[in-house]
Amino acid sequence: MDKLQAIVDQYQKVPGGLIEAFHAVQDEYAYIPEEALRRLAKAFEVPLARAYGIASFYSYLSLKPRGQYIIRICKSAPCHVKGAAEVVKTLEEELAIRMGETTPDQLFTLEFTECVGVCAETPVITINGEPYGDLTSAKVKEILAQYRQPQ
Amino acid sequence: MREEKRISLKHYGLIDPDQIEDYLEHGGYQSLQKALSQPPAAIVQAVKDAGLRGRGGAGFKAGIKWGFTLQTPAEQKYIICNADEGEPGTFKDRLIMEGDPHLVLEGMAIAGYAVGASKGYIYCRGEYPYIVKRLKRAIEQAREKGLLGTNRFESNFSFDVEVRMGAGAYICGEETALIESLEGKRGEPRSKPPFPGVAGLWGKPTVVNNVETLAAVPWIIEHGATAYQQIGASRYPGTKIFTLTGDVARKGFCEVPTDVTLRELVYDFGGGVAGGKKLQAVQVGGTSGAFLPESLLDTPADLDSMAAVGGTLGSGAVLVVDETRDLVDLAVTIASFFKHESCGKCTPCREGTFQLHRLLEKISRGQGSRQDLETLERLMWIMTQASFCGLGHTAPTPILTMLQYFPDPFNNRVNSQAG
Ligand SMILES: Cc1cc2nc3c(=O)[nH]c(=O)nc-3n(C[C@H](O)[C@H](O)[C@H](O)COP(=O)(O)O)c2cc1C
Ligand code: SF4
Ligand code: FES
Repeated sequence: MDKLQAIVDQYQKVPGGLIEAFHAVQDEYAYIPEEALRRLAKAFEVPLARAYGIASFYSYLSLKPRGQYIIRICKSAPCHVKGAAEVVKTLEEELAIRMGETTPDQLFTLEFTECVGVCAETPVITINGEPYGDLTSAKVKEILAQYRQPQ
Repeated sequence: MREEKRISLKHYGLIDPDQIEDYLEHGGYQSLQKALSQPPAAIVQAVKDAGLRGRGGAGFKAGIKWGFTLQTPAEQKYIICNADEGEPGTFKDRLIMEGDPHLVLEGMAIAGYAVGASKGYIYCRGEYPYIVKRLKRAIEQAREKGLLGTNRFESNFSFDVEVRMGAGAYICGEETALIESLEGKRGEPRSKPPFPGVAGLWGKPTVVNNVETLAAVPWIIEHGATAYQQIGASRYPGTKIFTLTGDVARKGFCEVPTDVTLRELVYDFGGGVAGGKKLQAVQVGGTSGAFLPESLLDTPADLDSMAAVGGTLGSGAVLVVDETRDLVDLAVTIASFFKHESCGKCTPCREGTFQLHRLLEKISRGQGSRQDLETLERLMWIMTQASFCGLGHTAPTPILTMLQYFPDPFNNRVNSQAG
């Protein structure tokens, strides 16, 4: 894992940089593999259990493998009243998986999130951090189609 | 009809946020230059005189906070810009950073000069990766112009800024949890005192201010404390950005003097309730804010007026709820938020938020009893009294105010059940 070494090298000297390093790992692998957790724990001189405790504290970080595109659905109150449940239903049906799962082709993962700060365009999802708002079932299908196209 | 007054959003949509030249042409970094020609204590005094209070929710006087840090001798001090913005329904800090990143950097640099800090951190929530990029670009440009980093303005003051990304934990908006997170740890709050102003990041004196607070500072330096003090409510002067969400005709935002009323926000700026429906409630301050009825809409939205009616100003998020919405269902959603976001450090909040959610869900399903409602109220009282930090103290606010102002939906749901 050369990429991992590059991340370790980049962040090791940054005070308090462990969480930044976790972000970098996740940008690369879509989650934090055990190997990365071990290497970072060592580099930052914290016990593995502590590193695990930190990674698992933050909902943006995942210790479970995920798909290439992580779709997060906002379930906070403003999105909830504006039909987040409908968006969940469409996504689950279209991808034939349930919330929390990853499609068998490893393309999509569905997760809940709390507010992503795009609350004038409710309901909202993000795909790899990119927000999409004012969603309807039709719009969700269009967006998925874009991501399904081989790039 | 109320008019907007833009201070923190003064350049929003008017300049290219990715071009420092544009900011400079609009008078950018002039306030910093002006500040550097005065002694630091004079800057702290100006912020005090302006009456600027924190826009992150607690409303602490910024000048007083800066004064503590100025007076605490230390080789290293820090400025932290709190850009965690986790309160659902809130996106004001995003607007500021998106539209005018240099304004935030300038505010931080002025704060740094005033208290004697040479290093600043922006703790930006992980949900805003596109903002993090923009901020980093702005910092690069400011360094190239010699405005940040070493040797600036031929003065011997130097100030640099680093951006750190949060990772999806609401509690990290609380200033001491934020500091823990910046240090690379779990974001669990510390006990106060000591306050960050005296012992914060890596034990050093640290000013933590919200984005919107810092974004008001250049204006105050440019126009003077008196000019700022005269805007809006006298005890909470200046402007505030409100974000309008939910069942409002025009979702969006406005920056207005702080004596604006809730009615003006919902009807003048928001265009009233969407679809010609009737208003049921407004929740002011974000998900930890109070639910208020139509009869309180003429209350000014400033911090003290809101507190006087048992409400909150909080982040300035205004959620409009129309007559068709099921408040019990909304209560379950809100309780689920706090259950998820409780950091787990203290029992009243860890267990309290869990039980709150469980009981409300039970009531929502029509399986709750009168006894459950009573347990709920007792539980919430304990949480407000015994929790370790603000999350546990305020998590009950939305539910308590729902029960106070809108008891019927809850009573009806439990009355259908014997026992
Ligand atoms: C649970 C909790 C969450 C908070 N979230 C934020 C936040 O997202 N942004 C913020 O500026 N302040 C937040 N605060 C308030 C901060 O602790 C702190 O008071 C604030 O950053 C100080 O800046 P100000 O005086 O400029 O408002 C939160 C407080 C609590 C208890
Ligand atoms: S009140 Fe809640 S969020 Fe605050 S320390 Fe206790 S468990 Fe953590
Ligand atoms: S509430 Fe869903 S994006 Fe803010």
